[in-house]
Amino acid sequence: MNLEIILHAGLATGTILLFAAIGEILAERSGVLNLGVEGMMLLGAMTGFSVSLATGNPWFGVAMAMLAAGILSLAHAVVTISFQADQVVSGLSLTFLGTGLALVLGNGLTGQNAALIPNYDIAGLAAIPFIGPVFFKDHSPLVYLGYIFAPLVWYYIEKTRPGLHLRAVGEKPVAADTMGVNVYAVRYLYVFAGGCLAGLAGATISLSVSPGWYSAQTTSGQGWIAIGLVIFAQWNPLQAALGGYLFGALRRAILDLQGPATLLGFTNPLYINSNFGFFLQMTPYLLTILALVIGSRQALRKRLGAPAALGEPYIRGERGL
Amino acid sequence: MALPIAVSVEKRTEDIPRWMPAATSVGAVVLAFVVSGMVLWLIGVNPFQVYNFFVRATFGSWAAFSDTMVKATPLILVGLACTIAFKMKLWNIGAEGQFYMGAFFASLVVLVPLLPTGSPPAIVIPAMMIMGMAGGAVWGFFPGVLKAKFGVNEIITTLMLNYVAVLWNNFWIFDRWSDAGFQMTPTFARNAWLPRLSDYARDYPIFAGITLHLGVVFGLLAAVLVWWVLQRSRWGYEIRLIGDNPQAARYAGINIARNIILVMMFSGALAGLAGMAEISGVVHRLQERISPGYGFTGIIVAWLAKLNPFGVILVSILFGALIVAGREVQPSGIAQMIQGFVLFAVISSDVLLRYKIRLIRSTDRSATAGESA
Repeated sequence: MNLEIILHAGLATGTILLFAAIGEILAERSGVLNLGVEGMMLLGAMTGFSVSLATGNPWFGVAMAMLAAGILSLAHAVVTISFQADQVVSGLSLTFLGTGLALVLGNGLTGQNAALIPNYDIAGLAAIPFIGPVFFKDHSPLVYLGYIFAPLVWYYIEKTRPGLHLRAVGEKPVAADTMGVNVYAVRYLYVFAGGCLAGLAGATISLSVSPGWYSAQTTSGQGWIAIGLVIFAQWNPLQAALGGYLFGALRRAILDLQGPATLLGFTNPLYINSNFGFFLQMTPYLLTILALVIGSRQALRKRLGAPAALGEPYIRGERGL
Repeated sequence: MALPIAVSVEKRTEDIPRWMPAATSVGAVVLAFVVSGMVLWLIGVNPFQVYNFFVRATFGSWAAFSDTMVKATPLILVGLACTIAFKMKLWNIGAEGQFYMGAFFASLVVLVPLLPTGSPPAIVIPAMMIMGMAGGAVWGFFPGVLKAKFGVNEIITTLMLNYVAVLWNNFWIFDRWSDAGFQMTPTFARNAWLPRLSDYARDYPIFAGITLHLGVVFGLLAAVLVWWVLQRSRWGYEIRLIGDNPQAARYAGINIARNIILVMMFSGALAGLAGMAEISGVVHRLQERISPGYGFTGIIVAWLAKLNPFGVILVSILFGALIVAGREVQPSGIAQMIQGFVLFAVISSDVLLRYKIRLIRSTDRSATAGESA
């Protein structure tokens, strides 16, 4: 139980949730709910790992992971935006399709050793006591990317013109259309961007944070946690980043709890019987539910929350809501 | 402009022919198998061999067909669980967890034991059924209350509870009920086994090796019950009205919060019964991985059946076959991939029911250009 180690690990694993949740935020802010994150992440993890294995270049693997998951997300875009099918059902099928494709195409990758993304220190900053070893030492470049990425996306959504168009399309597509914004194009773009980021999250797992290909265990439900995180974060990229790091740290703390023989002077029940660990493993999922309850109550109170047009197909020429 | 052919998409104004929904669905399933075949061919697997194997492994003999029906049984129950929830646009995707909790609660009857050992099956089996349904209902109750009282998104809560249910089961089978350190409980006594056709093989030799169990009857009866509830009862009318138009339902004085909780519990009870039938009819003990994702496949089943309880039976048989065949063919994700393609093809094909899509020559188009501009 070492706070420095827990926080360090939290930042690393939290980066996975950060990318996936911010991708989902972009799609949802444009009005499209995509429940296929788990499938896109898994396809990304598989693609990144196998491309790196074939070419020896992990960064090329990351790029291909983003492209593969992005292309997969277009299936959801076509079905929900152009064909106006139900977003929930389409997203669920995307998870099936992505998972199935990843398992079929990733057959034989388990146990292989691909070139991975090395960890780096940030010269100078790494020497700061406590903060240095936690934030700036021995991290994947993708973790450092996450530090800048979340504020950048927040600025993009809230302060720039394209960001305004994104929000308009998600809140009131009829008005956006009247303003001359192409609602369909904007939604396609951000569903695709969300897919690419889910792919990046997957590649972050398989090429950096917990490297390797372990079939469906590679993501083990993190795509779903990312979707829960979006609601908890009230569709705000900065809160999503914080939530992601918090979750990451908690997961690590849970693992570390099983180590010592005594905790706070008491005998550690986990040390005697490791099966009690099953209860600890439930905590990320129960915490997601708790976070949702808190997030939903806040949303009710502040009348904030989901983009108004979330889940509604836009049909040009029909009266909007 | 320069293209000689353009695509025209028009909203259908007239009623579609009655055969069309079924025809587009069948066409979509065929298309999905073609696309899946292309993916298999790309990775160097002969799709004809795979599909040929699929058919032989699932419908090739009475024993194979019985295997398929055994796999279809939980799918029917779980598919019905999703059907009734989805009718109300209540996205219960926690059937997997409700299935596990049903299995756990049903096991309590045997393992605690709640009934004296040696009780006749006529008491033990109904007790297990009731406990199984109760377990699933409890697991549906929590997300139902959270949704009804706090407006918490049920998709995420039901999903998260799936993981919790599996871990909960793991604790009991790894720890308290572990059979000599193995990750499973001891085998249940015979009085907790659902009757199987092979039990009657001594009198009717034709049933030898046919493992079909009584659970399939639960599935068929449940289909009739769900159909009756949805189409013939006042409650079903409320469920359908809330699903189609929640605003109107509210004005009509329907208690939506109460219905959310009740439907989640009913849905969970059906999934829980599926879990009970699986451990009592097939594995005869509680163990890991009693479900290869029945809860999730049930979602697809319900949707492919267009939320028709009798359609659920037919689609379940198709997907039961996919599970049976998928177990024995490598690489392992094939069945799941085909399921994904099938679902995508079917929801895409729905657009044909709502829109008329025609290819027209551009000369025709210029004539109507004035109208559409």
